[in-house]
Amino acid sequence: MTLCYQMDDKFEMIRMAVREFAESEIKPVAGELEEKEEFSVSLTQQMGDIGLFGMTVPETYGGQGLDYISYIIAVEEVARIDGSQAATLAAGNSLGISPIDAFGSEAQKRKYLPDLCRGRTLMGFGLTEPNAGSDAGATNTTATRDGDSWIINGRKTLTTNANTPMTKGSIVQAVTGTKPNGKAEYTCLIVENGTPGFTLNTLKRKLMWRGSNTAELFLNKCRVPDDAVLGNPGDGFKQMLATLDGGRLSIGAMGLGCAQGAYEAALRYSKERVQFGKPISKQQAVSFKLADMALKIELARNLLYKACWLAENKRPYGKESAMAKLYCSEIAREVADEAVQVHGGYGLFKDYDVERFYRDQRLLQIGEGTSEVLRIVISRAIGC
Amino acid sequence: MKIIVTVKQVPDTNEVKIDPKTGTLIREGVPGIINPEDKNALETALRIKKDKDDVTVTVLSMGPPQAEIALREALAMGADKAILLSDRAFAGSDTLATSYMLSRAIKKIKKYDLIICGRQAIDGDTAQVGPQLAEGLNLPQATCVEEIAIRGDVVTVKSRFDNIMRTIEMKMPALITVSNRANRPRFKTMNGVLRAFRDKEVLTWTKDDLELNPMRIGINGSPTWVRKTFVPSHSRAGLMIEKKPTESAADILDFILEKAFLRL
Repeated sequence: MTLCYQMDDKFEMIRMAVREFAESEIKPVAGELEEKEEFSVSLTQQMGDIGLFGMTVPETYGGQGLDYISYIIAVEEVARIDGSQAATLAAGNSLGISPIDAFGSEAQKRKYLPDLCRGRTLMGFGLTEPNAGSDAGATNTTATRDGDSWIINGRKTLTTNANTPMTKGSIVQAVTGTKPNGKAEYTCLIVENGTPGFTLNTLKRKLMWRGSNTAELFLNKCRVPDDAVLGNPGDGFKQMLATLDGGRLSIGAMGLGCAQGAYEAALRYSKERVQFGKPISKQQAVSFKLADMALKIELARNLLYKACWLAENKRPYGKESAMAKLYCSEIAREVADEAVQVHGGYGLFKDYDVERFYRDQRLLQIGEGTSEVLRIVISRAIGC
Repeated sequence: MKIIVTVKQVPDTNEVKIDPKTGTLIREGVPGIINPEDKNALETALRIKKDKDDVTVTVLSMGPPQAEIALREALAMGADKAILLSDRAFAGSDTLATSYMLSRAIKKIKKYDLIICGRQAIDGDTAQVGPQLAEGLNLPQATCVEEIAIRGDVVTVKSRFDNIMRTIEMKMPALITVSNRANRPRFKTMNGVLRAFRDKEVLTWTKDDLELNPMRIGINGSPTWVRKTFVPSHSRAGLMIEKKPTESAADILDFILEKAFLRL
């Protein structure tokens, strides 16, 4: 039994490779894309070119063949620069690619994964509905069998990546019947954009991640073939829970990266800004804030990487993944908030990145399990 | 076609501070990176590899064991093989000893068509190793190359000499040094990093692996001695011009022409 805090050189090289890319390609355009509420196809393709999609997918399907920790480090490094691109990446990998890789048929993998992994297409994951958010059991969307095909009716909302020019389609969770115990039976189906009866609307005027795409999905007598079913009919709920366990790690990575980016900006600024005759970093009121930020980031990183290690080693990680997502997203709020405070009045302007970090962090306590839902998950896991 | 690219691991000078007392670099805790123009050299080789069939790219470095990570990075960018010359006996080598040892390693590699070096390293800034290596191997050479084309066994390059460009044709085997104007080095891909660690290896050669004259390696083989390093003081006062913008512009132009920074 060993306890080792030394990371392999491979992980450090992954980190430096993504950092180099994010600093040189994303950083110069992040603010403008965000302000214009513009999803960038070219930037997404560039992320695909360096292999940021399909990181854990086997190379035989066009994936990168890497491990979960490498993927989490990559999301963290992109989020350190820009929440919007990190959102495209995290949702693309954890919600679009991962369910097909984990549950898809051989034919589905061959059909979708190569282009998804090259960053040439994207896939959404339609789960949330106007009246089914934290209560995923309240799903109203239905799919009924009709001969060799399924007919889907319903509406999904707040789906990342669902309506970009490069989106291939969305995985949609629908009620397909009732189980013997009276509970609803769920099935996930892949619905391609352009299918008759399937329309999309991009949701604008977001507080954060404005350079990423969020859409609502309308399914009106939308007919898909039988082989659009992901895995087996009736597996939808299990698939959704497994997808969210993994997805939470990537949201945790977004929180960690956001906190890291905000902290670095605050530290840099505090060394430049002189008040009362010395840099504010030399004044305890500010230096203690920075010390607390560094402490929280250190704790968050340790917890997140441990959860990844559990996932990678096929051990139960539901509790730790919930803890990591909860903690990383909450310290992202605290650190971004204090980073603005360190910047004083300037931190309120778009000229400084902390203004964006401050807004971007706010989704993280809501998406893929609100902080409250995560506390339910953790409290159940510890036997309450 | 076989290409050898020489790389040097250097401290990231963006992160380096200078000890004001000794005048030397504080290297502790400073990350080592591939010398930037060596990345241009590698990119040149990788583009040739992309355009032509059957090209292998070998990266060669000399340095302490930690320099392995720089070679690993070169493998992640797409190099096929990597060799590190590392031995305590090599410590303290100047450019002459370094180029001698590199030349002996290349003799051992035997088969090669083109050697590509970065123009100069950001830590020493000598730009000597490339040319010395060509002399040591008795090869034709071109320095500060910005463009390269290969036809048969002839390599044609555009080489910069101040503000003059020369087109040079050389029969291979040959050596070129490339500058940062040659290209923009690629980003490492995720799968490239994986393969650099999983599928490729870095060979280490010590003094016992090479046929070396002991008087030409390490401190013994290094006639260059650094007598003193110091930080020059930048105490020259700037020239202040406080006139209307158009008059200021005219004054600035006069100043530039007078100092011959620019010719009309």
